[in-house]
Amino acid sequence: MAQLSSLLLYLSFILYLIAILFFGATIRQKKGIDQDRGNKPAAWPGKAGVGITAIGFVLQTGYFITRWIAGGYPPISNMFEFITFFSLMLVGAFMILFYLYRIPALGVFALPIVVILIGYASMFSRDITPLSPTLQSNWLIMHVMTTAAGQAILAISFVAGLIYLVKNIPQNDKKKAVAVEAILFTLIIFVGFIVAATGFALVGYETEITYNDHTGEPAVVTYKLPPIFGPNEYMITAGFNMAPMIELPPWIKASQLNTLTWSVLIGLIIYFIIRLLARKRLFALVQPLLQRMKNDVIDEVGYRSVLIGFPVFTLGALIFGMIYAHFAWGRFWAWDPKEVWALITWFFYAAFLHLRLSRGWHGENSAWLAVIGFAIIMFNLIFVNLVIAGLHSYAV
Amino acid sequence: MERVKCECGHVNPPGTILCEACGKILDPNEEKKLIIDMRYEGAARRSQTYNRTIIDKIWNFFSSVKVGVVLIVLALIASAIGTILPQEMNTTMNVPPKQYYEENYGVFGRIYYLLGFHDLYRSTWYILLIAAIGVSLTICSIDRALPLYKALKRQRITRHNSFMKRQRLFNEGTVENWDDQINTVSERMRQKKYRVLTESGNLFAEKGRFSRWGPYINHIGLIIVLIGAMFRFAPGMYVNEMLWIKEGETKAIPGTDQRYYLTNHEFIVEVYDESDREVYREALEKRGKIIKNFQTNVTLYEAEGEVLPGEDPQLKEIKKGEIRVNHPLRFEHFGLYQASYLLNELSAMTFQLVKKETEEVIGELTIDLENPEKRYDLGKGYIVEILAYFPDVEFKDGELRTKSPNPNNPAFAFQIRSPEHPEGERSVVFIQETLEPLGENDYKLVFKEVDTVNYSGLMVRKDRTLGLIAFGGAIFLFGVILGSFWQHRRIWIKWDGGKLLVSAHTNKNWYGFMKEIETILADTDVPIPIDRGGGLDKPERANKGGDVNGSTK
Repeated sequence: MAQLSSLLLYLSFILYLIAILFFGATIRQKKGIDQDRGNKPAAWPGKAGVGITAIGFVLQTGYFITRWIAGGYPPISNMFEFITFFSLMLVGAFMILFYLYRIPALGVFALPIVVILIGYASMFSRDITPLSPTLQSNWLIMHVMTTAAGQAILAISFVAGLIYLVKNIPQNDKKKAVAVEAILFTLIIFVGFIVAATGFALVGYETEITYNDHTGEPAVVTYKLPPIFGPNEYMITAGFNMAPMIELPPWIKASQLNTLTWSVLIGLIIYFIIRLLARKRLFALVQPLLQRMKNDVIDEVGYRSVLIGFPVFTLGALIFGMIYAHFAWGRFWAWDPKEVWALITWFFYAAFLHLRLSRGWHGENSAWLAVIGFAIIMFNLIFVNLVIAGLHSYAV
Repeated sequence: MERVKCECGHVNPPGTILCEACGKILDPNEEKKLIIDMRYEGAARRSQTYNRTIIDKIWNFFSSVKVGVVLIVLALIASAIGTILPQEMNTTMNVPPKQYYEENYGVFGRIYYLLGFHDLYRSTWYILLIAAIGVSLTICSIDRALPLYKALKRQRITRHNSFMKRQRLFNEGTVENWDDQINTVSERMRQKKYRVLTESGNLFAEKGRFSRWGPYINHIGLIIVLIGAMFRFAPGMYVNEMLWIKEGETKAIPGTDQRYYLTNHEFIVEVYDESDREVYREALEKRGKIIKNFQTNVTLYEAEGEVLPGEDPQLKEIKKGEIRVNHPLRFEHFGLYQASYLLNELSAMTFQLVKKETEEVIGELTIDLENPEKRYDLGKGYIVEILAYFPDVEFKDGELRTKSPNPNNPAFAFQIRSPEHPEGERSVVFIQETLEPLGENDYKLVFKEVDTVNYSGLMVRKDRTLGLIAFGGAIFLFGVILGSFWQHRRIWIKWDGGKLLVSAHTNKNWYGFMKEIETILADTDVPIPIDRGGGLDKPERANKGGDVNGSTK
């Protein structure tokens, strides 16, 4: 069952990759793209793209169910499982918004994010780990699944915002063009991480380093990437004997910074190869393909997904989260960092909605906000889990 | 300021932009716009009308959404700052917080502490910031909801041409036989769940007005939540205590005024093994032990009658139960949560009194480390007295003292009385060694064994604000869903001497609205309104001609 589960996930991953190509072909066609309001039937590559995505969705749901049967609990309890589930919800959210607006470009931007997320998730431990007592709760299941769904729907507003910006930011507007390019580059950093982690795992790289942590106690950390940054007073105790280049003070988590550095390095290499081949900015490559889309509609997609996602997020992250915390810890709110960042996310989208309703922040402003909103969600998912420890640190 | 009488005869409150009844533009500034601003129906809002007294000024300040958004963003930034370093309340510290932050986080930690960020979420300024958001919510809602309610209630079927022509969705055209088609159109609208009203050839269709109340309902929910949070500070509403109870012990539950007692029969820790599930093997091999269950088996008692100080209460059993993580034991408004535990803690030590010369064992004494007795009579004139007890001994500044009241490393100073030495010999006993400070003794205490015990750490909670907060949360969610999943759609058709004016408005989701209008008006002569855009696309695209005088075909 566990093998079947992995196979299904792998297949869905491949299908999403193929679907991207079909959606890409759709927006390249002059006639195929929905010119005005998008209510005309999509051209055949678009239909094929949706079909393949749908099959991928079914297979990935199969992954979820088979892993559930194998492990005896819904697979949403560690980084691998959560991010994979989040990516599943993202595909679902994309399909809902595609059904409503029939915009193939959504697929061109949403599915690569899905693919990157699944790849990123696979870099964490994929073992089926039994649940510790705190995690054995039906409220937790509701809390996590609803939150993931809400975040995924909100993520579509990021996709729409990104499309809006890529389409509308002129190449000669230096600052903004660099900012849009930076968003795409951030996505490439994740690819860089996947490449680095997979590469070094294939050659079997591993180093165990003993060091003194900030309390002065000895601690052990395993490096799966060659140490550019080493922890405080390090000593290599097992594995490849390669000394770190730089020793860091104890209050910085050296292994995390090391991983980040590798991801950025490989990301930069990938980025410059693309730049060398294309001889223009990454988003300048896509920009001409989007010109026939209507700004009002892209903007509405972004707004709509916030409107649908916000209540779902509130229900899952805050309300179910509070109910779960009430039973698990005896208090519904503990100012735990992850909790606070969920509140920050909520504050942010509340501000987004008010700015839109009353200050007329439409179009470009709204698109930038959607990008920041997604950055906050990702920050909470990755940074807060891995770097800021708290009650929610079930990571790795 | 005076009330404004519109040409349609309706008298509007001062400050009105669009006539509540017919929609005629009353404010000259609005007249310049191609598409009028339909927010709050152009109704008169107190904040936009009065600005004289200090109350007006405060009202106007808090009624601004801009101020509200600034407050939200400030709360957002403040909350984020509080996550940079762990908060004091979520950290176990053995040293004063000032020292803790300095030792662990250096200069940054020191500044963080000095600025009060170590306890940010309970700081006065943070609470005031949240309270200000609450005030802003209340005033913003009242300032908008009441005028909006009145305007929507007073709207008439027939609208002024200036109102019709300045809607985002608008078209006009000549229609031959409108009288024949008005019924078809109304019927189709009704099928789409519109409420349709007609009046001398003019038509007004509306649905989903309730969704306009969504934002105000959710604000009420939030205000209730904030009020609930405030009640936590009221006496008797909130209890948060820790109960450390060892196996076999019966103890009063803190926070219940000695009314409830608990017996801990057994504390259980279970770990997973492969028999649980074959697939867990890999994870178990990598990580070693993974806990499956923490559980305390308990009996809950209630004290009967008046309990006098120093007297043992009469206990009546209420219930037996298991307390597990995620499965607290509930009674009255209290919950007992499995929060922590300590295994194999020292509970008692047993010593033998030995005569050094003959190695003869005179007798045994067992000392309860929590409540040691002063004097142990071993008979035949042998008495052991405890002169001093250090549960957690350390040697500091030339003398013995105890680090904590917990028996982690006990030490005793004994006075050993025997028939030979009726006034006693002195002996200081540590876990590892024995000192005889006043010269060589004839008798010694030899350590024989320890008893250990498991402690269960139970959290005692009472939170009577929960109901209110849950109620507020439910209202909030209801309001948000109302406001985001539905929309307020209106279509006006006006018969204007041979010409038909058609305009429509929704508060969101224009794309879906246009599709709906197209289905309603398909195959009729009614001109389909043109979306003149939300202003994001170049006007030439939006005003593209061709469709103005007929259907889309």
